[in-house]
Amino acid sequence: MVDAALSGAQTEAKPAVAKSRPGMLKRVARRKSTFAFLMALPLIVMIATLVIYPAFYSMHLATLNKSMERFVGFSNFLFLFKRQTFWNVVQQSVIFAVTAVLFKAIIGFIVAHFVHNIPAKGQRKWRGMLLVPWVIPPAMSCLAWLWLFDPSYSAFNWVLAKFGAGPIPWTGDANWARFSVILVNIWIGAPFFMIMYLAALKSVPDQLYEAASIDGANWWQRIWYITLPMMRNIIAITGLFSLIVTFANFDIVQILTAGGPIDLTHVFATWSFRLGIQGNDIPLGAAVSLFMLPILGVAAIFILRDIAHRGNES
Amino acid sequence: MQRNKMSRRRFVATTAAVSAAAVAAPFVRTANAAGKISIGFWDHWVPGANNTTKALVEEWSAKEKVEVSIDYIPSQGSKNLLTIAAEAQAKSGHDILAFPTWEPQGRAELLEPLDDVMGDLIKEHGKVNATVEYLGRYKNNWLVVPATAGSQIKGPCSRIDLMKSLANIDVKEMYPAGGAPKADAWNLDAFLKAAEACHKGGKPFGIGLGTTSDSVDSAGAFFHAHGAMLVNEKGDVTVKSDKVRQALEYMAKLAQFLPPDAPAWDDSSNNKWLVAGNGALIMNPPSAWAVAKRDAPQIAEQCWTHGFPSGPNGRYAPFLPYFWGIWNFGKNKTAAKSLLRHLSTRSAAEKMVAASAGYDLPSFEKLTDFKTWAEEGPPKGTLYHYPNPHNHQTLSIAAAPAPPKIAHQIYVQGVQTKMVARLLKGEKMDSVLAWAETEVEGFMRT
Repeated sequence: MVDAALSGAQTEAKPAVAKSRPGMLKRVARRKSTFAFLMALPLIVMIATLVIYPAFYSMHLATLNKSMERFVGFSNFLFLFKRQTFWNVVQQSVIFAVTAVLFKAIIGFIVAHFVHNIPAKGQRKWRGMLLVPWVIPPAMSCLAWLWLFDPSYSAFNWVLAKFGAGPIPWTGDANWARFSVILVNIWIGAPFFMIMYLAALKSVPDQLYEAASIDGANWWQRIWYITLPMMRNIIAITGLFSLIVTFANFDIVQILTAGGPIDLTHVFATWSFRLGIQGNDIPLGAAVSLFMLPILGVAAIFILRDIAHRGNES
Repeated sequence: MQRNKMSRRRFVATTAAVSAAAVAAPFVRTANAAGKISIGFWDHWVPGANNTTKALVEEWSAKEKVEVSIDYIPSQGSKNLLTIAAEAQAKSGHDILAFPTWEPQGRAELLEPLDDVMGDLIKEHGKVNATVEYLGRYKNNWLVVPATAGSQIKGPCSRIDLMKSLANIDVKEMYPAGGAPKADAWNLDAFLKAAEACHKGGKPFGIGLGTTSDSVDSAGAFFHAHGAMLVNEKGDVTVKSDKVRQALEYMAKLAQFLPPDAPAWDDSSNNKWLVAGNGALIMNPPSAWAVAKRDAPQIAEQCWTHGFPSGPNGRYAPFLPYFWGIWNFGKNKTAAKSLLRHLSTRSAAEKMVAASAGYDLPSFEKLTDFKTWAEEGPPKGTLYHYPNPHNHQTLSIAAAPAPPKIAHQIYVQGVQTKMVARLLKGEKMDSVLAWAETEVEGFMRT
């Protein structure tokens, strides 16, 4: 009855619709995709203004001479290739990013398992507490770490002294300084891995583990044949995301060591800042910062291709 | 009856917005007549010192009927350098801006020449020192006016008691309050012996070997004392010279008596070293003493600021001037010049010095006799020799006399302190010199 009434109404309405047929603009405006685009427009404008424009502008800057008066093509890049300090920065950036991401992933994976196995009642509390290092603004937590590592008044050294050990030159010796900046990066970043892995663990169906138990699979086999394959995409995405963020890290190194001693803890961002802003050589600073682009681009292509490949398989 | 209830979320958002507006809002004085002017001053370390510059600007604003807006820009995190870089790129910003040491040379093409203002100020207050000329002039034009606020000498600040008991040196007798220095015997050898004695006595000299300005400035003064330069005034690389070797050998000997973590020191490390009572001497303006006065008065009472030791090439002290400049794209240059003249009067300089407890230094030779330096204490007279009143040391900056754009790179990269740190790590002298030569050659880019 209702259908009949509706169809009747539609029949009657037809001539009116034909008379005032919506224009092209109205039809576009009614589309869901148009609405979605409009909703996303502020974000698009923001990204275009704060990310895309500066990225292209820095590419332009990297092709200028020191006084920014003339175009020099790739001269700044070729100049950097001849600098020992630049290759130190490349080496340190790779050591810093790869080591930190690896340890963040391992620690995040282990802690996620622990938290996953905590009864649901107390789990929320632990999740919240473990996220604290990630939630605190890094500039603040790095200052606390700076006091712990302070060359003259390190709290760690004070504790070590109680046991007759130390003092350790946390930021005064190149190797210890590298260790210190990586340690702080792991401390800040591991909770992100933990929460991502925890979400992935919760999405693994219990039936798979039950079936594996019936088949006699031990703990390691359950991890290797069920957990890891089910988490592969999350592990890859998290690793890629963290690699990008860690390669581009600035605050930890700048606050703890400012790149020292003897430039041995500089990463691309801090070296770029030293050259471009503090040294007033903006084109060279821009050139250094752009070196991250191909490294991260290649990593992103491989990881995302792998994820897409697995997506197609499934 | 309808009640307007504010949700928690909305309350937080409103509070945050109001707080942000209150914090970010610059000081604005409206005088409604002869146009507007915006100023970006350096945000002073010393609490209350900003009030003096604000009062001076208000005084000028009331007289000239110019509307003013002041921002105080901190140097922490190089915020002031970022502001300068951004305004230079955008060709828009403050009419008057405070420029730290090397910035005027880097922005020379964008600064309004101030020969007329500087000509009059020099006539009135006497000459400025050679470092101010080196940093503030470009192609025979004055780019900037030396600012009283923020300018500083980083000479030794010694512990009277420790220098006497451990090194047998009476710093008060050597640099008497109100009198000329009697420091002929205060040379590099005496300094090294004192450093060794204080090191043995468990109170080492607190001199950093990092890449921040306190470390670089001290190393620069020791290099100057030896006549050692990495690049000469013509721009020739002179790293592999006997004088550079001698300076490095001296620094390597001195470094043995410094704290083992000196290569990791930043600009706060030496202050903490003094205030904590760990050492007998640091190289710093009176800010460390001022903190000690507040936090450790028994240590402040034993502090004495004095001159650098002399070397084969003379006696040099690090001088870091701040400058005030006017962008050539500024909108009210006439008013800006008028304000700079007002801020550079003797009475304005004296007020700034008093407000900063003696920290700020005018760069003109007739402005080194303010009563603040003579009377500040305890101990009374501790700052008397801080402004170099008897002109017995050359005020210098590390990496000079290289052309300023090259010297700036040497300074910012801390090449001199890195050379010492490399020697300390066990690297051979020739290898260190070769490394420095390559680095410096890289700074020759135009």
